[in-house]
Amino acid sequence: MEFFERFAIPHPSPLIYASMVAIGLTLIAIVIGITYFNKWGYLWREWLTTVDHKRIGIMYMISALLMLFRGGADAVMMRLQTAVPDNAFLDAQHYNEVFTTHGVVMIFFMAMAFVIGLMNFVVPLQIGARDVAFPRLNAISFWLYFAGAMLFNISFVIGGSPDAGWTNYFPLAGTDFSESVGVNYYMWSLQISGIGTLMTGINFIVTILKMRAPGMKLMKMPMFTWSALITNVIIVFAFPVLTIALLMGTFDRQFGTHFFASTNGGMDMLWANLFWVWGHPEVYILILPAFGIYSEIIATFSQRNLYGYKSMVGSMVIISFLSFLVWVHHFFTMGHGALVNGIFSITTMAIAVPTGIKIFNWLLTMWKGKIRFTVPMLYSLGFIPLFTIGGVTGVMLAIASADYQYHNTMFLVAHFHNVIIPGVVFAMLAGLTYWWPKMFGFMLNERIGKWGFWFLSIGFVFAFFPMYITGLDGQARRMYTYSEATGFGPLNMLSFFGAGLMAIAFALIVYNVYYSFRHSPRNVGMDPWNARSLEWATQNPVPEYNFAVTPVVNSSEAFWDSKKNGHQLFKDKITKIHMPNNSGMPIILAGFFFIFGFSFVFSIWIGVIVSALGILGTMAYRSFENDHGRYISEEEIKETEKEYGGAK
Amino acid sequence: MKLKLAFISFAILITTILAGCEPLLVLDPKGPQAETTANVIWLSIFTMAVIVIVVISMLVFIVYKYRASKQKEDYEPPHIEGNPIVESIIIGIPVLIVIFLSIVSVKSTYEVENIPEGYENQEPMVIYAASSNWKWHFSYPEQDIETLNYVILPTNRPIEFRLYSYGPITSFWIPQLAGQKYAMADMVTKINMVAEVPGDYAGRNANFSGKGFAENTFTATALSPDEFDKWVEEIQSTAKPLTEEKYEELLEPGHLGQMTFTGTHLEFKPAPEGENAGHHHGDADEEIERNDQEEGLEDHSNH
Amino acid sequence: MKIDHSQPLEYGTHQNQMNILGFWIFLGAEIMLFGTLFASYFTLENGVGNGPSGAEIFEITPVLMETIILLTSSFTIGLATHAMRINNKKATLAFLAITLVLGLSFLSVEVYEFIHYYHVGATLQTSGFTAILLTTLGTHGAHVTFGLFWGFFILLQIKKRGFTPETTNKSFIFSLYWHFLDVVWIFIFSFIYLKGMM
Repeated sequence: MEFFERFAIPHPSPLIYASMVAIGLTLIAIVIGITYFNKWGYLWREWLTTVDHKRIGIMYMISALLMLFRGGADAVMMRLQTAVPDNAFLDAQHYNEVFTTHGVVMIFFMAMAFVIGLMNFVVPLQIGARDVAFPRLNAISFWLYFAGAMLFNISFVIGGSPDAGWTNYFPLAGTDFSESVGVNYYMWSLQISGIGTLMTGINFIVTILKMRAPGMKLMKMPMFTWSALITNVIIVFAFPVLTIALLMGTFDRQFGTHFFASTNGGMDMLWANLFWVWGHPEVYILILPAFGIYSEIIATFSQRNLYGYKSMVGSMVIISFLSFLVWVHHFFTMGHGALVNGIFSITTMAIAVPTGIKIFNWLLTMWKGKIRFTVPMLYSLGFIPLFTIGGVTGVMLAIASADYQYHNTMFLVAHFHNVIIPGVVFAMLAGLTYWWPKMFGFMLNERIGKWGFWFLSIGFVFAFFPMYITGLDGQARRMYTYSEATGFGPLNMLSFFGAGLMAIAFALIVYNVYYSFRHSPRNVGMDPWNARSLEWATQNPVPEYNFAVTPVVNSSEAFWDSKKNGHQLFKDKITKIHMPNNSGMPIILAGFFFIFGFSFVFSIWIGVIVSALGILGTMAYRSFENDHGRYISEEEIKETEKEYGGAK
Repeated sequence: MKLKLAFISFAILITTILAGCEPLLVLDPKGPQAETTANVIWLSIFTMAVIVIVVISMLVFIVYKYRASKQKEDYEPPHIEGNPIVESIIIGIPVLIVIFLSIVSVKSTYEVENIPEGYENQEPMVIYAASSNWKWHFSYPEQDIETLNYVILPTNRPIEFRLYSYGPITSFWIPQLAGQKYAMADMVTKINMVAEVPGDYAGRNANFSGKGFAENTFTATALSPDEFDKWVEEIQSTAKPLTEEKYEELLEPGHLGQMTFTGTHLEFKPAPEGENAGHHHGDADEEIERNDQEEGLEDHSNH
Repeated sequence: MKIDHSQPLEYGTHQNQMNILGFWIFLGAEIMLFGTLFASYFTLENGVGNGPSGAEIFEITPVLMETIILLTSSFTIGLATHAMRINNKKATLAFLAITLVLGLSFLSVEVYEFIHYYHVGATLQTSGFTAILLTTLGTHGAHVTFGLFWGFFILLQIKKRGFTPETTNKSFIFSLYWHFLDVVWIFIFSFIYLKGMM
């Protein structure tokens, strides 16, 4: 019995039991549903074992949306709890778990996954490639991410969620103060999905450097591809730092080491340093692809080329470099004196310059344009003012002396949501709507989409702008409640109202998918938006091999050139195409990783050993496997192309 | 100037309305340190407001003027590459703003870290503030008094708080007197402040430290020097001495009200400074060295 | 699969070139990984708590042995790559085998070294310093262990399949990995052992 007791939830409540039942029922319903419709074979052959970058991208985005709803539910609970003073909806422990999982889920399993999903879908198409450089590794990346995400999410029903904040500062996250296995889950789920992310980074750098269509020089890449390249370079250099920090944290918690302890020579602030050496570049890993998405969308819907292409690229390179030199601004208050704080204050503010260049370039792209207010463009237009406000409050936070007052307050919370939501979330929704016809061959309904945009934007303003004020009034972040005397009540209620509007917005967005799936016309043609870059030069939805003939390119807007300037994209004849085979190995490997992580969380060493052998065995099997891929015949390609109605 | 005035009144209007007609704590300073930060915050709000307004006006103008519905059917937008003059402007102006704010930042950071101007000649009064889950222990070595969850300060005298923590990292914060500083278990950090106006000020731990974090608060009361001396005398004649057992009891996790003792815990449980420090990473030089190392490694791998 | 015969076989196909580039980028990530460990080591180096310091526990003999063995193995893996380039299967296999044997000997000495640390009371739990020391050495050791299995698999594949674009590509990448571990060791030797003993 003792063996099973450790799996129990340390702080149970009716809410958690209800969720347990709900999760169980949903799982059973899914299994019964798939069995009833006899879809297991289809699912395995077409999705679970796929190495197609488009399907992997879509799976990333579906998982990210699921995580968005998990993290969003956390967010609504937090705003509900703090809506009125002395609320008893959640107790302190639950509130701590909720804001911790909200942060982790939103950053690692929602935003990261969405960004990587879009990169997966779009980048090979934009550079005219058949797939990524290492398709199977790509599938491994996805399944490791998925294993990590699932591992993190079961913490909620088995053993307890982490409760030390998403920054997980030691010694609070050590076993002295956080006794449940929650933080172990944090360590292992991030470790496993982090390995997947690192592999994605390597994969995309090679893809972009080595697989571009003939004629596409580096300075002729579409801007989203450029942002993806720089993002992946940051991933490769930032994620190993997290790997080591998590390893040390695991050792501290499970093997009694003293890395981050305050006794026996450990140093608690070492965690904070390592975490933010990874964590600040991470912010740019999220925002740079968003910048890339906006660049594509604003150019398309202004019917103009992107203004200042070179300075757009240059500013991203500078941002990526500076992003490694600012981490100390996350703890100006640690007490390392005015000199160090001054230096990091300046490097931090310096980032405002390249970011400002980008904002002005977008404005100048619209100048003399012909602006169409589609849903993706609305998100981009909403992004500019809101992100500017988020950006300038970032500059305010970078002033070290003033940060002593903003630090750890709702002002900070308002700031980073103000950059992440209009920055990353708006970009994801804009990108999803923009590339939706490429993925599925039909458009999302514009009218519902616009309602969604307005609910989201207005909800955002109501939810987060009041926090700037309560922050300046002394409301610290992460407080589960406050007394009436503080006077924080009305503004927090306003925040809750805003959160409600945002929840409606996401419901509308989901409804839009359903509605459009039922009602949208299917024959949207190749170019529904009158777009400019190469991905629009193939069919919708994209056939398995992407391009029947490899395109030849001579500018960053190759497709526009072919439409307006008579550039000939496809010069060769259709010949057979080499494609990689599907493989069940990635999902099996990730399954072993999941068991490994789960066993390690609970220190079940037999499980750890068996799953480690499973991991090594799978890799050994892969090493000996002889797989040369397969060919799609010329006839089959011609057949497919004819079906789409696109004769070339 | 008119514009600035309009700004100020607009900003004040908005903030006061929203805050229920009470000034926001951070912007209602009662000492020179908090006043410096409040001024810096106002200055940065104005500077940043200008940027936001410029960007939004440009956006509104461009979107209004170049919207498709207003243009001719056959209008073909031109192809425009970058323009060196325009690009130097959009680089140059942000650079100037950043340089200006960098100077403000460095200067004001030195100001709030040191003993404030006009008080340099006075010997600062040292108060140790130690946090334990979820309380604040204040020790007055000079007066030989220890208080729990409240602290009494004499006005117009520089105070040097020496901070450390039993357990998680906490952040010592009295918004109306000065900004925050972390309290950690293996070293002592310092924060300088002066209270210029008598009164009660809310203080708290601002850094999340577990279950009892929300209630981890204290009151800082500023009294005139005479009243402060009177308070000290009164405590010394009425309060009980702090014993080691009692102190261990106080360190247990939980919330206790306000308490007062004579004697301080520093006698039997010294602060982690000097030879009692967990390690010697507290001073700024070594900190820089460490940062340099990490940066060096990154540079190395970036090439 | 197009094979470009103007290049060595391991670079002969586009996929092979991408594999090698990808591995170089992976090594970039590995530099960050070990860089983080070194940065943490320098931070915690003086955090000896109640435990011993580096000068008290480091022994020069096993460390020198490890260094010489690993440097030699880096040389022999180079010879293996050379033999592969001149299409000498037997020599390639022999040098690869010697490399793996040397790797195994390195590991044995390292295990001995760890047992020694255990006996003098420097375990993972002793202090911040011993924890980061053993973690840094252990991470390197784990890489070597992983390399032993990997190299052995490649050896078997070359034996069975001969020199194909795949096998040559794999063994070339393996040699990069092995050289990299040697470079990391040189840093460990200089900045952990020598610095600690001085």
